Amino acid sequence: MSETPIAKPVPEASPALAPFFAAARAGRLVVQRCAGCGALRFPPRELCSRCLGLEATWQDVSGRGEIFSYNVMHQVYHPGFAADVPYAVVIVKLEEGPKITSNLVGCPVDEIAVGMPVEVAFEQLSPEVTLPKFRRRRC
Amino acid sequence: MTPKGRVAIAGLGLTPQGQVYDRTHVGFAVEAVRLALEDAGLARTDLDGLLLNPGLAWGDAAMGSFMLQQALGLRELRLSASMNLGGATAGAMIQHAALAIAAGMCTTVACVFADRPLKPPAERRSRGGEPTGSAAAYAFARGLDAAYGQFGINAIYAMVARRYMHVYGTTQDDLGAVAVAQRRWANMNPAAQFHDVPLTLGDYHASRWVVEPFHVLDCCLVSNGGAAVIVTSAERARDSKKPPVYVWGMGQGHPGGDPAERLASGAPLAKRTAFVMAGIETSDVQLCELYDCYSFTVLVTLEDYGFCRKGEAGAFVAAGHTAPGGTLPVNTGGGQLSSFYMWGMTPLVEAVIQARGEAGERQAPRRDVVLVSGNGGLLSTHSTLVVSPLPS
Repeated sequence: MSETPIAKPVPEASPALAPFFAAARAGRLVVQRCAGCGALRFPPRELCSRCLGLEATWQDVSGRGEIFSYNVMHQVYHPGFAADVPYAVVIVKLEEGPKITSNLVGCPVDEIAVGMPVEVAFEQLSPEVTLPKFRRRRC
Repeated sequence: MTPKGRVAIAGLGLTPQGQVYDRTHVGFAVEAVRLALEDAGLARTDLDGLLLNPGLAWGDAAMGSFMLQQALGLRELRLSASMNLGGATAGAMIQHAALAIAAGMCTTVACVFADRPLKPPAERRSRGGEPTGSAAAYAFARGLDAAYGQFGINAIYAMVARRYMHVYGTTQDDLGAVAVAQRRWANMNPAAQFHDVPLTLGDYHASRWVVEPFHVLDCCLVSNGGAAVIVTSAERARDSKKPPVYVWGMGQGHPGGDPAERLASGAPLAKRTAFVMAGIETSDVQLCELYDCYSFTVLVTLEDYGFCRKGEAGAFVAAGHTAPGGTLPVNTGGGQLSSFYMWGMTPLVEAVIQARGEAGERQAPRRDVVLVSGNGGLLSTHSTLVVSPLPS
């Protein structure tokens, strides 16, 4: 019996992340904003670790930022990535401050550098889930 | 009133380490305590305290220290706790034991770590990307990180290391220098898993990548086994079979915030408390046993304790200062990179062996002031101990 190849994991649109994925489907990148102190944060949390406020909204951000750090994955932890190794995972520091873990598209692994300017690029995985990724940005 | 000179480590127990499958995690813990009691010349009935750092195999078992008390058949304990600060726990257990003893709450405490993360070869799931597992086996991969292909602790530590290398100029050779120096120590430690395997910087660079900037030789081993120490009052320790190893100073530092922004461990904070208590300065330290989940962690820790300025530890290690024959012996048993992975017990065990003068071929020439560090999470938690064969 042959087995169907296992695809890359599609993230669960959990209640906490639902607004994030709804925005991504519409081509917008959003982060949480504390209603109490205005601090921006990502990934979403139940409360603000700056002022301990419980209320938060979601706010559009520019999608522009720079590579804060990155790694290059060689070991395969999930068969969906077996054909991709070595591939990079990046942390993008957005212009507005929050950091988001993602991938850089259209950039060879050995050209990635800390400080590289990037901008968001959306990748549709399924009708429900669109994933924000990033690409190099010309300054 | 501090515990300085009033509390000592009197016994040490270390089970076989590595690919050892003949015991459960509880079995390893019991065996380690039995060995530590024998080493000290104490009986089970002398124990009135039990602190446990449960490894991964303990899962979410509630009340692990009680489970271990029952397995050991211990009665009338006056102190018991399961503790978890990751790699900082071993140092923290000694601290809690020392405080309880100094306060008169108990007299003799076993501090224990045990784990059994490795399964026998026959039970292992296929690894390495062979698409043989069922989709259900990968149901863990539901979060955002998984969607981007980021898995495991190595990957997130690598993010901090890469940022550090960018900011401070630390190089791949610097990381490799740590692995090579510690392997030279391990080659003199019969208990080290890599005792018989020499390592050059060339071998290091040729070793496989796990996740850049980490080669497999930048990452700690994974070991089954147990380790225990017996902490007691200085008077009792002087009656035990082995020379006492006195606690001079102890401290903790848990800085909070984002480690990739901070690029420092909790050592500066923990050190302040511990060194004041011990009455020492950085330059008084003769021997270091530093927590080394990664080669990178050793460089950060050397810098954070002030042995080097930020970004300079790589050159310090590459110059041979931390290797056998160097000015500041570091991780003299090979550390977790080359000997065995018992979390914070790995540096503590070697500190006790060195302070007693029992390290044989690898004995450091000076051992009056020994620094032991523990580090948990992503440079998140930190414990410091200063120990010595001298009472003060």
